Amino acid sequence: MDWNSFLLMRQEILLLSIILLLLIVEVFISKNKKGNLIHFAIFLFGIHTAVGLLAMEEGSIFGGMFHTTGLIHFFKNVLNIGVFILLLQSADWLQEKIVEHQRGTEFFVLLFSSLLGMYFMVSAGDFLMFFIGLELSTLPVAALAAYETAKSKSSEAGIKLILSAALASGVALFGISMLYIAGGSIYFNDIMQTITTSHLSILGMVILFSGLAFKISLVPFHFWTADVYEGAPISVASYLSVMSKGAGVFILMILLFTILRPLLHIWENLVYILALTTMFIGNLFALRQNNLKRFLAFSSIAQAGFILLGIINGEQLGVATVIYFVLIYVFSNLAAFGVVQAISLQTGKENISDYEGLYRTNPKLSLVMMLALFSLAGIPPVAGFFGKFFLFTAAAAKGYYLLVFLAVVNVTVSLYYYLLVVRAMFLRTNEHAIPHFNSKLYMKVGLVLTVLSILVLGLYSPLYEYIFELSKNLM
Amino acid sequence: MIAGISIYEILTLTTLLFFIGVYGFITRKNLISILISVELIMNASVVNFVIINKYLYPDALQGVLFSIFIIAVAAAETALAIAIIISLYRQIGSVEVDETETMKY
Repeated sequence: MDWNSFLLMRQEILLLSIILLLLIVEVFISKNKKGNLIHFAIFLFGIHTAVGLLAMEEGSIFGGMFHTTGLIHFFKNVLNIGVFILLLQSADWLQEKIVEHQRGTEFFVLLFSSLLGMYFMVSAGDFLMFFIGLELSTLPVAALAAYETAKSKSSEAGIKLILSAALASGVALFGISMLYIAGGSIYFNDIMQTITTSHLSILGMVILFSGLAFKISLVPFHFWTADVYEGAPISVASYLSVMSKGAGVFILMILLFTILRPLLHIWENLVYILALTTMFIGNLFALRQNNLKRFLAFSSIAQAGFILLGIINGEQLGVATVIYFVLIYVFSNLAAFGVVQAISLQTGKENISDYEGLYRTNPKLSLVMMLALFSLAGIPPVAGFFGKFFLFTAAAAKGYYLLVFLAVVNVTVSLYYYLLVVRAMFLRTNEHAIPHFNSKLYMKVGLVLTVLSILVLGLYSPLYEYIFELSKNLM
Repeated sequence: MIAGISIYEILTLTTLLFFIGVYGFITRKNLISILISVELIMNASVVNFVIINKYLYPDALQGVLFSIFIIAVAAAETALAIAIIISLYRQIGSVEVDETETMKY
């Protein structure tokens, strides 16, 4: 056997060894030194992120069950950097609220397990690996959502997430079994060659699609999203909205563009309708929220609707624009959730009305929040504008002008509620405004990194060309 | 292969099982019953995979292998859900859906 082929799983093996190492260290470290474990874990993950940036060959192992391409490797690096920033942002929360209950390490172990599941999910070459990766990426997050066992809201979020996720994966499984009949195999490569348009394959495709739509919270399947985001700890909500959604979009896109390509003329109608409902309902519900976590939940639902505009393209352009948008969305949302995390940690306040007059007391934080919201809304100088613009180009290239028009209407609606938060921070004054405070080092670094990415990603055009080049071959 | 029973009867059975599960998930008011409904959905797929493997593609063991993994994963899922339900029960003293509605809209 050629041991070198295992190098294709380098990232997975490294992450798995970090998880095992953390578990071992947790056993042997004394009780009053558990706080140091946080620094240790962040340091280890930093190394993992840096090593991941090294170039990797393309290829597949285990008879095609696991494969990796340039695009997949790139996407894993995006996930790595996102999780690294997330860890920086949540280090203070762990230090102050969690370590005293002796539960610091579990957070890292669960989070890394979920990330490991995402690796396997995006690298999957057959439905078995895909299913196990999907479950491994979802179940630890449900445990994390119920992490603050002292709060009943947290448990409520956990139970809502685990039951919806279980239903979704059950439904996706039923769809996979239909595709197994139609394609005669569970390997993507075999199915790609045998699948044809029949009632059975359409049924399987629709059911599998709805299972995955739960994961990225498209509209008829979005009911869990806002409740889970509100009840779960902010780091977990951030993780769900950024990593889970990003990985879900990526694998959905691969499935639709490769093995379900013969059904293109069917699923483009499906995507069309879901894009419209998702954008409209996400935006309209976001208008009436006062809790910032619920607000960001509905905003992330609306963003998923915009992502579908890139998916409907179905070609290389679609792949590149979706990946580019997800990349920008990751950093913008991390910045927004980071500010909410910083303020909630200091004051416990999470409502938009609490943010009134924030600029006068905490100008830097309000600037970060403003940039993040501008990027989410798509206002020109920041990266979000280019992401949305390219998505619209991808849809328009296929002649979906009406859809693009309605999407632009939605961008205008979304501008209104994003600016509501900006107005509360900058234009309103409040006697009981949140007092001035200084965040700790980790949080500062995390926020600065996101701000830099938001500003740089939009202006540095070779990056988009690089992604476009990578998205040539999906399998 | 079972003598006298074609794949159509069994697929009808599993489809019924699947939709009974979905119906139960939507209508039940008790968290444990909802969990049982999810199990029905999972098991419908398990039977599907075994039957498709046996009747249509008997030369490879893909479906049977898949079903074993589904059973294992479903067990993990149930264990986690039960753990969260117990944690919820400690706080609100109930496992009814009506009690878990503090966050909505």
